[in-house]
Amino acid sequence: MNAVARSVTVLRTGPQALVQDLGRPGHAHLGVPPSGALDRPSLALANRLVGNPEGAAGLEVLLGGLVLRANASCTVAVTGPWAPVLVNGVHRDSPCHLAPGDELAVGAPEAGLRCYVALSGGVAVPAELGSRATDLLSGIGPDPLRDGDELPLGDPVGPPVGVDVLVPAHVPDELVVPVVLGPRDDWFDGAARQLTAGRWVVSDRGNRVGLRLDGTALRRAPEHLGRELPSEGLVTGAVQVPADGQPVVFLADHPTTGGYPVIGVVPEPALPALAQVRPGTPLRLQVLPAPPERAVDYYPA
Amino acid sequence: MRLRRCGTDAVLVEVDSLDEVEAVRAAVAAAALPEVVELVPAARTVLVTTRPGGLAAVRRVLDAVDPARRAPVAAREVVIPVRYDGPDLELVASTAGVPVDEVVRLHSSARYTVAFCGFAPGFGYLVGLPEPLRQPRLDSPRTKVPAGSVGVAGEYTAAYPRATPGGWRLIGRTDAPLFDPRRAEPALLAPGDRVRFEVVA
Repeated sequence: MNAVARSVTVLRTGPQALVQDLGRPGHAHLGVPPSGALDRPSLALANRLVGNPEGAAGLEVLLGGLVLRANASCTVAVTGPWAPVLVNGVHRDSPCHLAPGDELAVGAPEAGLRCYVALSGGVAVPAELGSRATDLLSGIGPDPLRDGDELPLGDPVGPPVGVDVLVPAHVPDELVVPVVLGPRDDWFDGAARQLTAGRWVVSDRGNRVGLRLDGTALRRAPEHLGRELPSEGLVTGAVQVPADGQPVVFLADHPTTGGYPVIGVVPEPALPALAQVRPGTPLRLQVLPAPPERAVDYYPA
Repeated sequence: MRLRRCGTDAVLVEVDSLDEVEAVRAAVAAAALPEVVELVPAARTVLVTTRPGGLAAVRRVLDAVDPARRAPVAAREVVIPVRYDGPDLELVASTAGVPVDEVVRLHSSARYTVAFCGFAPGFGYLVGLPEPLRQPRLDSPRTKVPAGSVGVAGEYTAAYPRATPGGWRLIGRTDAPLFDPRRAEPALLAPGDRVRFEVVA
């Protein structure tokens, strides 16, 4: 093996580029958010393609603009919605190989928001609480990438997968998001009816903490008007309803507790789509029936 | 004790008091279920998040919990040194109707328990505050409370792990390392810990 440390240099970051892995769940009782890639399947796929474990640290790139220079030989994969990938200015299919000195550019995706870049060996910045993810709410993990940063890479552990064509993630023009009612659906007047009838667009004030929706205001039941809720634990996907009635869907960098009622929760398989939905996209919520065995579990007679 | 559905893999356990919160939290923690991912106590609730399919095991533990009885678990003891020179010390004294010295004596002689954490990493809400020190928040929150500030609000006292906005009445300051993500145990305080404050001259 060579004695020179493997690394890449960030030449340009674009609007936002972050180191992300699968986050640091298990510390919410200390006030630490889970963080991690918003579109986890896309990060996991990119990692598999370059021979990494699925949870290796890669880059989450918002709206392209990222340019990297390889300082060592490595394999790179770009996943998520379709975006132009260029090596030394020439369009390439991902995954591909980079020789030392090669420059990789990831352009803006045609639809969607976030692409994921995996590099063989993974990004090997120091871990904090077991994860290398950048948590924008609490400041844990590495800082957002800046032009000129040098990112160390780990040693490759497996061979790259011999794939040369990738199907990009599909980003729909209108999003229908499933929701399981609870834990505070009883604070709302006909929660299921209101959620089903509501129409929203994705606000431009969303970020990795949460997606804000603009549209139908959700009304509280008369007996809960003006009431305060003592702060309680939040899960990723929680649909919280602040006083103005406009829902917020919490994503990976969400606070660990919150004091507004949560009308429902978006199940994990539906979260990656929320990572890719652009501001202005129409959005509806679809109430899922509670699985019968769980209804019995949860609401004892 | 009431169980509220929270998505497909979590349950929010609602109880009537902080003592019951601690009883439920300690019982679930003592069961050490491999299915449990997060166990998050708060003021009147305990959130239990599991790996997919893990809720049945949690349900069995919850069925056996008596919220009126706290499981006998070994609690960590933490001592936090404090310089009682906070900007709201006089306000707290006058609100309590006692001299400043008495505020210091009351706050440093009480025994506290970490009820829950939240707001920021390592920010523990401590209960056990003497009655005269249970006071409202400031009318207008500070935009920046310095790291290490020790304050009171309602039935809680806390130390700020890092500089954040905050509305608590500040009575002192500590150099204790409250949160460091690079440490093996990043947070000085965790739910269930016993805490006392020690006067630094």
